[in-house]
Amino acid sequence: MPDTNGAPVLETAGLRKQFGDLVAVDDVSFRIPPGRSLAIVGESGAGKTTIARMIVGLEWPTSGTITACGHDRSEPPRSARDRRRRAREVQIVFQDPYTSLDPRQNAHAAIDEVLRLHHGWPAERRRDRIAELTGLVGLDARQSRALPRSLSGGQRQRVAIARALAAEPAVLILDESVAALDVSIQAQVLNLLADIRDQCGVSYLLISHDLAVVRQLTDETLVLHRGTVAERGPTARVLDNPQHPCTQRLRASVPRPGWKPRYVHPSAAR
Amino acid sequence: MSDPAQPGASRSTGTASRAPLLEVAGLNVLLKVNGTRRPALRDVSFTVAPGEAVGLVGESGAGKTMTARAVGRLLPAGAHVQGSIRFASTDIAAITGADLRRYRTQVAMIFQDPRAHTNPVRRIEDFMTEALRTNHGVRAAQARDRALDMLAQVGIEDGARRLRQYPHQMSGGMLQRIMIAAALLIKPRLLLADEPTTALDVTTQAEVMAILDGLRREYGLAMLFITHDLDLAAAICDRTIVMYAGQIVEVRSSALLHANPLHPYTAALAAARPDIAKTVHRLRAIPGHPLSAFEAPPAECAFAPRCAHTRDVCRATAPGLAELDGGLSRCARAHQLRGQLQAVPNA
Amino acid sequence: MAPAPSRGLALLRATGPAGIASAIVLVVAAFAAVFGPLLAPYDPNLPNLSLAWVGPVGGHLLGYDFEGRDVLSRLLAGAQTTMLGPLAAVVISVPVGTLLAVTAAWRRGASDAVISSSLNILFTFPAILLALLAAAVFGASLVAAVLALSAAYTPYVARVLRGAALKERTQAYVAALEVQGAPATSVCLRHLIPNIAPLIVAQATILFGYAMVDLAAISFLGLGVQPPTANWGVMISENQAGLLQGYPLPALAAGACIVLVVIAVNVLGERLFEQARVARR
Repeated sequence: MPDTNGAPVLETAGLRKQFGDLVAVDDVSFRIPPGRSLAIVGESGAGKTTIARMIVGLEWPTSGTITACGHDRSEPPRSARDRRRRAREVQIVFQDPYTSLDPRQNAHAAIDEVLRLHHGWPAERRRDRIAELTGLVGLDARQSRALPRSLSGGQRQRVAIARALAAEPAVLILDESVAALDVSIQAQVLNLLADIRDQCGVSYLLISHDLAVVRQLTDETLVLHRGTVAERGPTARVLDNPQHPCTQRLRASVPRPGWKPRYVHPSAAR
Repeated sequence: MSDPAQPGASRSTGTASRAPLLEVAGLNVLLKVNGTRRPALRDVSFTVAPGEAVGLVGESGAGKTMTARAVGRLLPAGAHVQGSIRFASTDIAAITGADLRRYRTQVAMIFQDPRAHTNPVRRIEDFMTEALRTNHGVRAAQARDRALDMLAQVGIEDGARRLRQYPHQMSGGMLQRIMIAAALLIKPRLLLADEPTTALDVTTQAEVMAILDGLRREYGLAMLFITHDLDLAAAICDRTIVMYAGQIVEVRSSALLHANPLHPYTAALAAARPDIAKTVHRLRAIPGHPLSAFEAPPAECAFAPRCAHTRDVCRATAPGLAELDGGLSRCARAHQLRGQLQAVPNA
Repeated sequence: MAPAPSRGLALLRATGPAGIASAIVLVVAAFAAVFGPLLAPYDPNLPNLSLAWVGPVGGHLLGYDFEGRDVLSRLLAGAQTTMLGPLAAVVISVPVGTLLAVTAAWRRGASDAVISSSLNILFTFPAILLALLAAAVFGASLVAAVLALSAAYTPYVARVLRGAALKERTQAYVAALEVQGAPATSVCLRHLIPNIAPLIVAQATILFGYAMVDLAAISFLGLGVQPPTANWGVMISENQAGLLQGYPLPALAAGACIVLVVIAVNVLGERLFEQARVARR
């Protein structure tokens, strides 16, 4: 993992993304100190996934900066080496376990491919590292040699996590990574993510609209509303004592024992 | 606003004395997968009273969607159905032709993904009024008026404009409201809602649930509400049925489900959820993974390998559904575990 | 993972009796294409006008053609030119079309617009017209005809594959590889193309069938293989007089061979594609 000397592992300043006339993200700034985890929450279309995509380089900001481990990544990389170095700083696990793995590749091969991208190690050493990673995410020998179609959603997500960790990133972006999992499996994966953080010291950037998962996994929370930061603070404070009406509405919408949905007519909510 | 001509549609919730609207008894469904027959539902029995909302909760492979499809007569080709499904005292499991069309005018289904169930090249007006025009013989102009009215009831402003639009021009939440409006237009007596809010974000979910709940009560509709979220089911359903591995494992009034669950699976499910009010060091995850009906061994409790309270009796025979404390539980040790299964908050 | 040959055989078995029958027909046809001239019982090119149009007799199962040559021998000898031509057309147009489709799908934006527009322009030229052009420029020959067909088919292949490539391009695993810093060519060659391979193979087999018919038509018109070289399309053309005079066998036999191979190729291609699609997720 890259050494940051205490500087934030991830930092954005004035991040902005415009698609034609539509401003998807406007003036979003945050920083994640090493070893800490941040959640970005908000309604659909609030801009959360766009921010994640900009950080990993699948989109480029219209303006503003993104810095990971002290290196700027606001513009496209200039070389293959640059691209690979960025891969070793920030990685991502996507939401859909059914499309995040190549259907023709088993876990072993998928992780091996990543290791060969980043290191010139001999086969023996790669094999050992693959065994370490699959063990870390709780996959047994059969599962790591099985094709994705023989694996359940939860198992596929574990493979995706192992593949992301193979690059030894400082930051792991979890883009709704547990949203598609059954409740009992989600609990297993959340425990796994906590263990990984303890063992590897990786920081999480969690994109989610499940506030209970946010509470469980993160220290700080950013609430996004229509592309701008509506509220931010320690996760516990934001969820227990929301200040912004948008956050309050989000909090009030979460089903819990005794909760009854209350319909507020759109014209009344403005 | 309930239609007085519609028998059974009233404002009160179902009572024990009224005949059940839906009565499923001993339902077994086998599906053909790669040439072999596999069980998908095992011995499912439950009732829904007129105007009652019943939640069907479970994880993957539990059989909740399969149950709704069996009731909605939407099972895939080659599915083998045993047992009876009685709607208003008529067995609908095997009816065809005109009888089946008549049944469909009384049961409406709302699906999880509205985009997959709307024709992208037809306008919303066509989609909404189609059933009225073809099955109920309503004239186009009249159908349109009713659609407009219903759109207002689900909280969609400028309905006239929306009727002329196409599905891709609206968000998931709006499209789901339109699905609900379309389902209610035909004035069904039973609504089958299959995870209608799972694909929506939490605030849209709350709105859609409120609309669904409010209108359902207003029209006195019965509802079978399928979800993986125990709290959501408890919020708008009078009773909740918990399913596992193709079987019903617990039936309980929603109010008591959290406070006093009767089956270890229900308690474990509730305990596995993270708590929005606090962080814990480790969640109480259930080891293993949810089983489908065909994976479950027939001669023992399907949940035994993952249960924290397993004893020898659990593996000796398959437990039946037995009454306890006003609910039903499929646990051989239900009596012994009585009162000990409260969803203890993660410590 | 099972080694390729046994996976292939399992796939073949899964295509059902029609698929297996088609595979057999194609194996026989391929065998004839390779060994045809050696297997021909009589000289396919030696004319003997005194034997013209004589029906099946003695060792000549299919009789004689309009120049007194043994029809069966000519069919066997002609298998080569009849099938090599389409094979060449497929071998050229499918890789080129795939390359264009994948490039357009990967880069999207301006590159896609340019490639798609250029292909659309090429699309407007029917194969026969291009064959005429090629014949005019290079002189009528099999090579000219094959080049014309390749040019005609490339946009078709590219268009069909572009859609599938675009869909694959937007899958999360491709994004994951990009985020890992994998170079574009590596992702395309090792992940994108193998995942649309079933479609490519299906396209190739269907195109082979089209090419057989198109080349037969081109040869029939005199723009492709020139007589006296044996070729099934040419055989239909040169024996067509016999259809009206009561000696239909030579022309019909050649036509039947073409039809049989084209059907076999289509059936097998379609079944393989279905199986590959079903086996995927």
